[in-house]
Amino acid sequence: MKNSPRLSTLNNAGTMLLRILFAAVAAFPIVFMLVSSLKPDTQIFGDMSSAAAFLPVGNISFDNYAAVFDRVPAARFLINSIGISAVTVVLGIFINSLCAFALSRMEVRGKRVVFTVILATLIVPFQTLALPLVWWVNQLPYFELSGFSLEISKGWLDTYQVQIIPFIANAFSIYLYHQYFESIPKELDEAARIDGAGWFKIYRQVVMPLAGPATATVAILTFLPAWNSYLWPLMVVQSEELRPVMIGIQYFFQLNVSWGEVMAYASLITVPVVVLFIAFQKSFINSIASSGVKG
Amino acid sequence: MTTSPLPTRPRPAVATAPAPLPSAPRHRRAGFLREQISGWGMIAPAAVLLLLFVFLPAILGFGLAFTNARLISPRPVEFVGTDNFARLFADPTFWRALLNVTYFAVVVVPVQSALALAMALLINKKFRGVNFFRTVYFLPVVTSMVVVSLLWLFMYRKDGLINELLSTFSFGLIQGADWLNDPATAMPAIIALSIWQAAGFHMIIWLAGLQSISGELYEAAQLDGASPWHQFRYVTWPGLKHTRSLVLVTITIQALGLFDQVSVMTQGGPLDSTTTIIYEAVRSGFKQQETSYASAISLVFFVLVLLISAVQRYLTREKD
Repeated sequence: MKNSPRLSTLNNAGTMLLRILFAAVAAFPIVFMLVSSLKPDTQIFGDMSSAAAFLPVGNISFDNYAAVFDRVPAARFLINSIGISAVTVVLGIFINSLCAFALSRMEVRGKRVVFTVILATLIVPFQTLALPLVWWVNQLPYFELSGFSLEISKGWLDTYQVQIIPFIANAFSIYLYHQYFESIPKELDEAARIDGAGWFKIYRQVVMPLAGPATATVAILTFLPAWNSYLWPLMVVQSEELRPVMIGIQYFFQLNVSWGEVMAYASLITVPVVVLFIAFQKSFINSIASSGVKG
Repeated sequence: MTTSPLPTRPRPAVATAPAPLPSAPRHRRAGFLREQISGWGMIAPAAVLLLLFVFLPAILGFGLAFTNARLISPRPVEFVGTDNFARLFADPTFWRALLNVTYFAVVVVPVQSALALAMALLINKKFRGVNFFRTVYFLPVVTSMVVVSLLWLFMYRKDGLINELLSTFSFGLIQGADWLNDPATAMPAIIALSIWQAAGFHMIIWLAGLQSISGELYEAAQLDGASPWHQFRYVTWPGLKHTRSLVLVTITIQALGLFDQVSVMTQGGPLDSTTTIIYEAVRSGFKQQETSYASAISLVFFVLVLLISAVQRYLTREKD
């Protein structure tokens, strides 16, 4: 009943052709973006009707990139986004793993209830919270130390903290760490306790060093939305010097759009993520696969 | 009080203070207390933040929907009953938004999950270059939706790349549309780029499902002479039961939350043909500062999401 060798070769060739077709569809806009970022506008439109649209040929330069830094405070936006994502990721890893550690490995009274309540928050999508949250952060007190006096004003709008603090604690990160911690033998904790280690020391020196894959997953799942965030900063940040990269695109829709510059800016804020993805491909794939269970 | 079923309840508390229970040595008890204190100390930071930025806003959103709260207003917040909902349900733009996201979801859910499954099947088996294909299929996912929208905004121009490609591959037969400026084509255009961006994400989830199916099942099927289609129909498809409902629900909820593409590309236009629930919530809550009205919209969105999750729970439970 086996297929004849010729038929199966044909089959394999067909499958490979399909693979290449899908790859072409997935890649062509990105290649087009990268290549166009190197060309002047007249050439982008001139090349559009031929394969040259996807090839770095003709008048190639980094002029568009230089122009982007002239037109837009692009460096500032990049620094803001790097800072905001880094702080959110680092604090997120610390606070969520600490919480999951206590919930998973310690005999804390009432931890079941706490864990259930934390998991229940997963059902609320961020879009539901966003608008009430804008109103809410505008009611929160804002402490500022100026000289020797502590000044208290109302409202977190237009700050760095409003882009970071609401996104540090994450129920899904706690869930992921909890799952992972459950798989680490509890005898390790007991051995460390007999040696006189405190709970925090067990967390830091016994459990966390073994939780690398969970940390990688949480880091990626925190970093991507932080870097890509658009809806939230659109509403809560007005000052130019506080804006993240995704809001920077608004600067290009004034008079006389230069598409070469738009493509340069788009490449500029995409390439770092692509490089990270290629470097940590396995962790990226694993984190997406695990994010599927969120449902 | 005397008939209380637990009349002796306070007594152990008094007794434990001077002398610990004989069954629990002193160091154990001290350890127990320390464990409670450090445990709660470790839980507290995350718990407090979740309380402040998820729980409270969720409850607030529910409450604000029944008030007249504005983002910045000198007047105190007043309870107005169901006024916001009455206004919402009488607003043709809201119904248009609901219709638009339904249209979006009805196309995106089956097409995106099918394409994602096809991609997963194409790279499920090991072959030379499998990593290359997986990387390429996944590239759109690591590109942010905002960048993707910007890029496709350029490609969808009347003199843009999409129309050039259409004309080249049809040998000049197809004259492309002015995609985003025509009410008839704007939503299909947004649908196409959304599928392009997100299919790789669900490919990974399908792949995880595919890899959980035991290879022995395929070997047994091959021994019985099952064709590739029969293997898919009787081994793969049943094996993906859980993954299937998972993919369907995540795509549906993401589809209902459509926002970034619309905000960057069309601002809801032309003629409200691409406006969405979340876009309307942002328009009223942020641009017009009507927090209460936006909260009402958000609440309706939440109820929709809950309904879909409930349907999924029901469907998967029934089959178990």
